[in-house]
Amino acid sequence: MKNVQNQKRANKSLPFFFRDEFRVSLVIILISVALLITTFTFDIVPPILNRGIQPATFPKALLVLIIVMTMLIYYLATKNPWKVEKKLPGSFFLTLSSFVIFVVVSKTLDFFLAISALSIFVSYCWGEKRLFYLLLVGIIFPIIVFIFFETILGLRFPPGIITNIYYS
Amino acid sequence: MDNLLLMLAPLFSSKLLLVLFFGTLFGLILGVLPGLGPTTGGALILPFTMTLDPLSAIVLLTSIYCAGTYGGAITAVLINTPGTPAAAATCLDGYPLAQKGEAGRALGMATVSSTVGGIFSVVILVFFAPILAQLAYEFGQPEYFALAIFGLTMLASIGEGSPIKNLIAGAFGILISTVGKDFMTSIDRFTFGINELTEGIGFIPVVVGLFAMSEMLTQSTLINQIFNRIALKAIKLPSKDDYKKTWKTILRSSGIGSFIGVLPAEGGTVASLIGYSEAKRFSKNPEEFGKGSIEGIAGAEAANNAATGGAMVPTLALGIPGSATTAVILTGLIIHGVRPGPDLFREQPDFLYGIFGAMLIANILFFIFGFFGAKIFARITLVPNKILWPMIFAVSVCGTYSLNQSIIDVWIMLFFGVLGFFMRRYGFSVVPVIIGLILGELVEGTLRQSLVIFDGNWLMFFTRPIALTFFILSLIALAFPLIRSRKFKKNNDKV
Repeated sequence: MKNVQNQKRANKSLPFFFRDEFRVSLVIILISVALLITTFTFDIVPPILNRGIQPATFPKALLVLIIVMTMLIYYLATKNPWKVEKKLPGSFFLTLSSFVIFVVVSKTLDFFLAISALSIFVSYCWGEKRLFYLLLVGIIFPIIVFIFFETILGLRFPPGIITNIYYS
Repeated sequence: MDNLLLMLAPLFSSKLLLVLFFGTLFGLILGVLPGLGPTTGGALILPFTMTLDPLSAIVLLTSIYCAGTYGGAITAVLINTPGTPAAAATCLDGYPLAQKGEAGRALGMATVSSTVGGIFSVVILVFFAPILAQLAYEFGQPEYFALAIFGLTMLASIGEGSPIKNLIAGAFGILISTVGKDFMTSIDRFTFGINELTEGIGFIPVVVGLFAMSEMLTQSTLINQIFNRIALKAIKLPSKDDYKKTWKTILRSSGIGSFIGVLPAEGGTVASLIGYSEAKRFSKNPEEFGKGSIEGIAGAEAANNAATGGAMVPTLALGIPGSATTAVILTGLIIHGVRPGPDLFREQPDFLYGIFGAMLIANILFFIFGFFGAKIFARITLVPNKILWPMIFAVSVCGTYSLNQSIIDVWIMLFFGVLGFFMRRYGFSVVPVIIGLILGELVEGTLRQSLVIFDGNWLMFFTRPIALTFFILSLIALAFPLIRSRKFKKNNDKV
């Protein structure tokens, strides 16, 4: 309890633009405003086909609601600051970057290779150094999953350097 | 009598029994593993259910739900970490009792009270779901709109964390449902010229992303966490003395859990906390709570398992999910072409009572599995995260890809994984997003159709008594957290 209060106090001592509540609220509002602007580009239905309200009206109302409520949580947070979470460890950023690597590899090289690479990378970054277990999570298990999906669900995976060899 | 026979149908179908067996076993394993649980597990298994018929698919999901909710207790008692959020209150007394060398007694009580709570709630489900469905016949478009709004406001006010943040998350979920072609006019919304988005964003990428992938990122921040596991010799059935002490608590918590479950909120978690605090309030020995009270375990466990049947009531009768896991079950119903609501009760009683019966059997099965296999399940907690989560990643990716064979779905899943992690980090619950996504089409569709009926006059909503009642209840739901915090402050001031 005391720790949380200390964390709150520490957060309060920061300039407002460094505080979590400001940054989070700002991001939500900026994205919502961008989406709100997008809604003005939606096609307008002629009155004769229009049922009730225009297709853009409902998302517009939702976005305005989100913006108003975000302002409200920011206002409330100025009185009662959010608890500042501890700094994220390196393993988190490595895992996050593995998601990006996965997207790039699955798009350019191979879907299976992307799963395999991510599994080995994540397992290693989380502390697994034994080769057998790295092979288990990175090769043996993905092969089992692939075969299972292929045979039971009749799934065809996207083409790539390894999947092409498998399918040919 | 006919309905009773329909309920027993799963017992006479070898296929359904097999599904129940695997569902219960899988649910227990998921419940035991911290960070997984029935919601994430249900989301992971959803793509696989496409190979099953609708009844088997929903039986599989419901058995995972029942067993997974109980499974969380094993981890709560043995390593002081709730396997599922609903087992958080079980840690308070389960672990201290285990530390005293009575892990078997603690787990025995958790198993018995979970089973009683679960069975009690199935009885409630069997009686109340048809009544609620009958009432729903009176509902038109405006009433359904008001009901969906009530569901979302209830979720915001009773769910975990800040109600306003929950409302933002719910509104965001509804916003996601507007992506794609407008279902009334076929006009593109938020597609940004991407063809794959014209069909909208699917449930599964969002559900798997928000639950499984965000949890993987959360686990990446906890890799140095060390668990102290207490050895389990064998589960012991509660003694006569324990039964005497706890039977009232079990019944009370079963009632509380079933009631809380019916309300659209994070069912089991809230139910177990209320069940626990009520057990303490009524106890002759409240000072024992937190130090290994057997009543504390009974109160929490009966309530969280009772919430499972309760949460299925609005899910099946109205199509409004009563908890995060029932939102996944509702997704399962929708992707299998089953639309919950009053018509389901009239047209497919065999399907419905099959589910009721399966839930009843699942509760008995997890008692048997738990009683004889808790020692084995306890060993599952030893599987290190560095092995487990990369495997879960492989299953999540292939499962998400399998539905539409679309790589875009996999990327959407990863995007929601990252988003879900940051949402949780800053105190936004991810459950309202899922429920908003599920209810989105209902909210918008009924609103627009109501406005057609009312000729664009918004005030006409208030001329419909049922809709007006739901709106008033929504206002009360929104005011509830305010009243609760004032009362809490007042009580604190007194102390």
